[in-house]
Amino acid sequence: MTWPPDVQERAKELIGRYPDPKSAVMPLLYLAMRQDGYLTEAGMREVAGWTGHSPAQVQSVATFYGMFKTEPLGKYLVSVCTSISCMLLGGDAVLSAVEDETGVPHGETDAEGLFSVEHVECLGACGGAPAVQVNYELVEGSTPDQVRALCRWLTGERPDAVNTDDMQDRFGGRRSFDWAITETDGAIGPFPAFGPYGTVGEADG
Amino acid sequence: MSHPQVLTARMTEHPTDSHTLERYEVTGGYAHARRAMDMSRDEIVELVKASGLLGRGGAAFSAGLKWSFLAPSRPSYLVVNGDESEPGTFKDRQLLERDPHQMIEGIIIASVANEVHEAFIYIRGEYPKPARRVQQAVEEAYAAGYLGKGVFGSDYDLDVTVHLGGGAYICGEETALINSLEGKRGEPRIKPPYFPAAKGLYMMPTIVNNVETISNLPHILEMGSDDYRALGHADDCGTFLFSVSGHVTDPGNYELPHGITWRELIFDVAGGIRDDRALKAWIPGGASAPWFVPEHHLDLEITKEACGKAGSMLGSGAVVVMDETTCVVKAAERVVRFFAHESCGQCTPCREGTTWLEMILRRIEDGSGRPIDAELLLDVSDNISPGLTWPPKQTTICPLGPSAVSPITSVARFFKDELMQHIEQGGCPLG
Repeated sequence: MTWPPDVQERAKELIGRYPDPKSAVMPLLYLAMRQDGYLTEAGMREVAGWTGHSPAQVQSVATFYGMFKTEPLGKYLVSVCTSISCMLLGGDAVLSAVEDETGVPHGETDAEGLFSVEHVECLGACGGAPAVQVNYELVEGSTPDQVRALCRWLTGERPDAVNTDDMQDRFGGRRSFDWAITETDGAIGPFPAFGPYGTVGEADG
Repeated sequence: MSHPQVLTARMTEHPTDSHTLERYEVTGGYAHARRAMDMSRDEIVELVKASGLLGRGGAAFSAGLKWSFLAPSRPSYLVVNGDESEPGTFKDRQLLERDPHQMIEGIIIASVANEVHEAFIYIRGEYPKPARRVQQAVEEAYAAGYLGKGVFGSDYDLDVTVHLGGGAYICGEETALINSLEGKRGEPRIKPPYFPAAKGLYMMPTIVNNVETISNLPHILEMGSDDYRALGHADDCGTFLFSVSGHVTDPGNYELPHGITWRELIFDVAGGIRDDRALKAWIPGGASAPWFVPEHHLDLEITKEACGKAGSMLGSGAVVVMDETTCVVKAAERVVRFFAHESCGQCTPCREGTTWLEMILRRIEDGSGRPIDAELLLDVSDNISPGLTWPPKQTTICPLGPSAVSPITSVARFFKDELMQHIEQGGCPLG
């Protein structure tokens, strides 16, 4: 076991939530991404050790799901929805704007390790189309100019954590539904920010 | 036009704090779960059967009947399906973010009814904010003694775990979801057994219900089965959350009874088409549903039966509206691309078929379509779903493959000329 003691404690706690340690493989894969920024071979072996899967089984699970990335990622993973509802309302132009502003095409990461860019299938934000996520934090209803500004803000400010409500205020437009409370929990890397997985940071707001 | 709100009443009346335990309890929350603790399993199952509640995840199967299939071996498990990923659907996100306690109260009721002591809420990985909200609500419920050891001071224990998915639509299929929860690839299981209620999580009896289905339970206990039925229309009981998106003036989630018409939904409720353009087509029930067109379907009643007879379905309640500027070939390509991307790859007709359909549609849209391609699209579709019937037949373990056929048959049925123009003119006639 190579994880620091606090991460090992978290791994134990997560495994304890399931009747079978094997069920904790997905939460632990997020833990491994949090450690290394993406899924390394060593990270997947670590997860295998904790869950009782073989390393090959862990890799087979990891490569099934789109959010487990086995290649190095940028600090900010920008995902642009180009599924049907977003396509109808300009998702393709938003993708082009992100690719142009960052210089990173779909599926790639820049040399500096700042941006990874991808187009993705439906994000469940169809009422606020077109939808974009930065490290899975959602921004709805942005124009191509607004996503360009979002990318410039990320490049200039380099926030340690990004938060959906904050980015929506700065760069968003129409939302699928209104939400009156602004939260500051944010994503600290290219994986979902969720308390039990230890992946949450405080966004400056 | 005013319709009763049930699931969305609290979040509408209390927009700043509908997610908190305090607001939930002030507005009557958890009273019905407390009452359920004193009811027998049979009483609750019969009540839910009598309410006519149909599953809200897309398959519209009787929730009470599903529960009645629960095999006798124990432990049994409850899994709440919050893997909402069907293109056009965003209703569960709103329920998760804005009224998580309503769902947790439903979980307690469903657990008592199915003798469950361990429940899981499976939320899609791209929903971290909804997951944080639900986690917060679960922690509040534990702290209040509504979950954990001795629910409401009784001797009934119930643990609830929030689990994040990894970005795979197929995990919305209940046996794929169960495999995923077991720490495996999210591949659907071969049937039979048809229902996880017989053999599910860890091969034990398991109930899988959608977020909206579960969220209805406190209201069924509150209203009783007769009043709940009366909210709806004939056999389509209760209210239904429609996610309306695309070229409408007012997209959003709308809680409505069945039985209104598509004209009312699109033009009255959702404000009609943007910029006074003409309506061209709409997807009535998520990407898997065959399309409707104004010439034939605007005055159709929105019921399971009427939509089924007209060759489509209400599915997940996602209504995607396309105006006259929409290229139907491009729209079909996007829907098919989704299924090609999300195919788990187990079954050849789906894995190969969806990929070929996407490639053929793309070359037609790009201007490289061949005269044979219109026929080829239907031929490949027929290999995935023999006879191209509705409801579709399938050559695959799960319905994902046949779902990819819906946009193809829709274009062939209503927009054959536009498809042929693409091929004959070497590109999109809409520019």
